[in-house]
Amino acid sequence: MTIAKTMTHPQVEIKKLYGGYDHETILEDINLTINDNDFIGLIGPNGGGKTTLIKIILGLLPPKSGRVNVMGKPPQKGRQHIGYVPQFTVFDSDFPISVYDVVKMGRLSKKRVFRPLTDQDDRIIEEKLAWVDMLDYKNRGIRELSGGQRQRVYIARALATEPEMLILDEPTISVDFESRAKIYELLHEINLHGVTILLVSHDLNVISRYVKTIGCLNRKLHYHGEKEITAEMLKAGYNCPVDLIAHGIPHRVLAEHQEGR
Amino acid sequence: MVELLSYGFMRNALMAAVLVSLASGIIGTLVVLKRMVFISGGVAHTAYGGVGLAFYLGINPILGAVAFSLGASFLMGYVQRKTRQRQDTLIGVMWAIGMAIGIIFADMTPGYKADLMSYLFGSILAVTNVDLILMLVVDILVVALVILFYKELQASAFDETFARVRNLPVDSLYVILVAMIGLAVVMLMRVVGLIMIIALLTVPAAIGAMYLKNMKHIMLLATGLSLIFTIGGLLISYTFNLSSGATIILVSGAVYLLALAMHRFCRTCPE
Repeated sequence: MTIAKTMTHPQVEIKKLYGGYDHETILEDINLTINDNDFIGLIGPNGGGKTTLIKIILGLLPPKSGRVNVMGKPPQKGRQHIGYVPQFTVFDSDFPISVYDVVKMGRLSKKRVFRPLTDQDDRIIEEKLAWVDMLDYKNRGIRELSGGQRQRVYIARALATEPEMLILDEPTISVDFESRAKIYELLHEINLHGVTILLVSHDLNVISRYVKTIGCLNRKLHYHGEKEITAEMLKAGYNCPVDLIAHGIPHRVLAEHQEGR
Repeated sequence: MVELLSYGFMRNALMAAVLVSLASGIIGTLVVLKRMVFISGGVAHTAYGGVGLAFYLGINPILGAVAFSLGASFLMGYVQRKTRQRQDTLIGVMWAIGMAIGIIFADMTPGYKADLMSYLFGSILAVTNVDLILMLVVDILVVALVILFYKELQASAFDETFARVRNLPVDSLYVILVAMIGLAVVMLMRVVGLIMIIALLTVPAAIGAMYLKNMKHIMLLATGLSLIFTIGGLLISYTFNLSSGATIILVSGAVYLLALAMHRFCRTCPE
């Protein structure tokens, strides 16, 4: 079942995409190719279309025009190979459910509607919980956790789908600074295990230390498969990372922030 | 108590309490967790249109209620899913139109109409054997569906987007859920009346959700609480000669406030 692992097929292929809602076009002429084992960070202002792009890749929102392929298939088919970590402000933070049951959702699929989960599923769930260092919390309620712990549980849920690729929408929103580093370290490790990662955020400073390549999304996408944000990208993406300009280091930002790894 | 059980109507009332509690505990939990309380209220009130129409046509009011309640469930479910704005307005409008239809048909029906009131305010003491059989059928259906789709229902209640990305049949599950709400509403109508259905559908589940984190356990606790409220309210209303439906609701309301206060208090205390 490992389609698209071959070099000939990129995992996500977007050509001339226009997207948005009813009468509003948010994304204009997006072209993006995501290859096996990429780790792409997209930054951009709120309203710049980050979440819209994710929704289109996941087949939750039809594109207005253009072509989108996920694992060589239409998004609604290809998305089963994607582990999705939603922005968690969209959740009901008071929902009564245990950590274990949340991760269990990752084992569900259309094919398994009438079939109970097996010991094999239990094993996978525990393995992923251990990976994100949340196994000790498996019987806790999700509402008893801190923001960072909760985010790790959602990452475990995405991993439980045994995905080819992870998509994360603002993974560090309402997460304290220390937990952010922990989450990015975890993503780095996941990427080393061969899982492609696409994450969007408005938080450039943290993103930049861990991703392999970075792009800027503000209605249009400025992405050249490079690890540095150039002055032109900033200019083209305008108010993209305002704080970057404030730091006065438009070039070699990443080198500036990088640690010896 | 033993003496009470010698009355046929009391035996029926207790049986109804058990059957209704099962449906309200299970469906109520899904309604509360999926935040569909307002839709449920709308469905309940729209069902009155069916009761009125059935009276006018001289058929069994339950049939009219089922038809309107299922119709309203699907319509409101559709509105909530497909329209991005003013869904609460649309549901509110349907809610009122349903009631109005019922009243107009009642006006047009000649003769004695006291029975119509029992659908508004409930009359657990007037539950017939036929009602009990209908309730049993609905219970069996609800329990079977929830057992069959438990993991998917839980997943789509918690995070529908993720469930959709997993290609779970989120839309079909939603239709099943609104249909179950429609059937539960008709059942509850006999016991507490359509005006107070929301309370019995939400209070037991809301208390459960406060203290428990497993949906199955919440369903069980809600069923138990619902049973206690219904039978407790029934006995109190019988003893003091009060309206049974309203007494049941006040009992559950009082316990809810107590539970809420305790929950708040416990959050601030050290352990």
